[in-house]
Amino acid sequence: MVVKTIPEIPVKKGEPPYKLWIFEPGEKKEFPLVFNLRQLAEQRRPALIPGHRLCAGCAAPIVVKLASFAFRGPTIVVSATGCLEVSTSIYPYTSWAVPWIHNAFENAAATASGIEAAIKALKKTGRLKYDHVDVVVFAGDGGTYDIGFQALSGMAERGHDVLYILYDNEAYMNTGIQRSGGTPKFAWTTTSPVGSVLPGKGEHKKPIADIMVAHRIPYVATATPAHWMDLMKKVRKGIEVNGPAFIHALSSCDRGWRHEEAISIEILRRAVDTCYFPLWEWTPETGYLLTDRSLVIARNPSLKQPIDKFLEVQGRFRHLLRPENKELLKQLQDYVDAVWEDLLKRASNAPR
Amino acid sequence: MSRLQLVPKYPREKQVMMNLNGDEAIAYAAKQSYVDVVAAYPITPQTIIVEKYSEFVANGEVHTEFVPVESEHSAMSACVGAAAAGARAFTATSSQGLALMVEILYIASGLRLPIVLAVVNRALSAPINIHNDHSDAYLMRDSGWIMLFAENVQEAYDTTIQAFKIAEHPEVQLPTSVHIDGFFLSHTLENIYTLPDEAVYEFLGGPRKIPKVRVDYFGEEVDYVLNPARPLSFGNLALYDYYFEMKIPQLIAINKALDVIKQVNEEWYELTGRRYGNGLVDPYMVEDADIVIVAMGSGAGTIRSVVKKYRERGLKIGLLRVRSYRPFPHSDIRNLLRNTKLVVVMDRAIGPGQYGALYLDIASTLYHERSRPILVDYVYGLGGRDLSPDMVSTMINQLVKDLERGYIPEEERLRFLGVRG
Repeated sequence: MVVKTIPEIPVKKGEPPYKLWIFEPGEKKEFPLVFNLRQLAEQRRPALIPGHRLCAGCAAPIVVKLASFAFRGPTIVVSATGCLEVSTSIYPYTSWAVPWIHNAFENAAATASGIEAAIKALKKTGRLKYDHVDVVVFAGDGGTYDIGFQALSGMAERGHDVLYILYDNEAYMNTGIQRSGGTPKFAWTTTSPVGSVLPGKGEHKKPIADIMVAHRIPYVATATPAHWMDLMKKVRKGIEVNGPAFIHALSSCDRGWRHEEAISIEILRRAVDTCYFPLWEWTPETGYLLTDRSLVIARNPSLKQPIDKFLEVQGRFRHLLRPENKELLKQLQDYVDAVWEDLLKRASNAPR
Repeated sequence: MSRLQLVPKYPREKQVMMNLNGDEAIAYAAKQSYVDVVAAYPITPQTIIVEKYSEFVANGEVHTEFVPVESEHSAMSACVGAAAAGARAFTATSSQGLALMVEILYIASGLRLPIVLAVVNRALSAPINIHNDHSDAYLMRDSGWIMLFAENVQEAYDTTIQAFKIAEHPEVQLPTSVHIDGFFLSHTLENIYTLPDEAVYEFLGGPRKIPKVRVDYFGEEVDYVLNPARPLSFGNLALYDYYFEMKIPQLIAINKALDVIKQVNEEWYELTGRRYGNGLVDPYMVEDADIVIVAMGSGAGTIRSVVKKYRERGLKIGLLRVRSYRPFPHSDIRNLLRNTKLVVVMDRAIGPGQYGALYLDIASTLYHERSRPILVDYVYGLGGRDLSPDMVSTMINQLVKDLERGYIPEEERLRFLGVRG
């Protein structure tokens, strides 16, 4: 038997082990972006502190923690109703080390707009105690693709200086795995069950990040917590741009995707390796740029894995691996290939 | 004049007379109230309040951040965000817009954010209609907001400024709505007296003050705001173990508002020489009246003029205008109506399958009296139908007969005024 020991986190004597982030008024220091693991462990604490009740194997807290390592200073976090919100804020406790607000399901972007406007107004009248306060939204796929899309689009159009991070677990996991606009084709959910006639969801995933690109906001990117340095860099860029930024982070859900808890990160790695979820960033100046593993695959196409590699470890796609469903699997492969080819044409750093 | 006559700090000659309609008066009041964030959307039917306010922003007359959101739902959401971040937030809406906002109205009061909302009361669809009745206001009846109804444009101006003071009172900290009747007030020009900017600034005590809350983690009282120096979580999940306990302070606060509304009404009187009854109810010749008409909003003006005529003819009749609909001033109303023989409630909305909402409130207030007056509900003015003095006279003539008869049969307790067929 392997004995697992919890690594000791350096704690100053007399301080509680998990402290809130305190920025005294007038604090001017900006956190540097560090990637050295030892430095990270010693110098930085995540904005989401232990004690939350998210499931074992959930990738959402990993997205949040990595993103918070890239925060630059005083930050206000907004959450839409969802898994992340209900399991991190059960009264009388909270897991948030930063000022945090949850309003409702569909209005995280509108709430963030209001906060950003308030910060501007306070700054204008000399009542803001900091040089800048960043506003970051964490919302799930339901609160972004579907019910929250109007507020998101409005926020992008109005140009509020907010970073919106979508953690996309591809269904309404909080309410019991119902299909959303982010659920991929042929995936099983409780409202797109696999029956004798229908093979799961009938429609493809909405290309949400491309829709945000169409808003021509200063920064759009895709990321996964498996490619953690890439995610952190993108979050910092999203915070630093002057105006709205959008990051689409794929986030595995062992309950909804029907996989083992221990392989959450491995699945996300495979999502990128199969080009099911390519990593890229977009700015109005540079256009699409592939990043991290997706750039490697573009340069060396032999590294691209078949979609089966992504599907085979997930119960929600089990039916696709049956021999009689070969045709469906091919359809999905063709779709993934077409989207990837399209991206290669658009990405200015892809080899020609 | 007696020596008890109060000399206001800003007598009429120190005030500025302006010719404004209800929408403009509210926008002007908000402008003077040092509002930090205005978020608004022009849903059909739209109001001129935010148009007027955008002009102030465009001309640099205010420091306000104007957020032209993409829906009324987002308007209230942005106000919640702004107020949680420490700003004084204001928005305005009407009818369908209020209906869309309702979800967030409950959140605003649950989070105890002192947002001020101007509601231009209009009928709800279907059929779609842009004219006045109070059906939209009743949507927010149980949302935990303080609801104040104005009778005329002057009161709309006064109440808007008062609303900020009431909402931000340390013991209240609840969102407050100011209701004016669509078109009857919103689009009707009136000469009103306005205060100089500095007087309003002083009355409100400058920018919004952030209340303190005790938080165990910090071991001290901290600002109830999204503050990187003392981070708090807003909008947490509270289940059966805490939800109930979190709702009770909200009830205590809105009941506390009964005193605060009165107090602010008196302060306003000392400042301007204007007051509206005791702030909660505005009675007119009620003391010795046999018949009292209870109403809200602009209709009260018409009724008052008719009541005056009947009084001159010797009929003991009075008018009781409810100014604060939530919190509902039970004890004031009970004291005023205790010796009345007949109370008629004028409802400008229907409650399908039930009497009008105001009637129910009045009935529940009077129930505990030993001798109860006869009670009748009149529904009038739906979809903007005018309430003419003739209609009121017809009603009063009928009431005189009812009073002689001494009772109203059950099937006649809900009556309609001014409807054909």
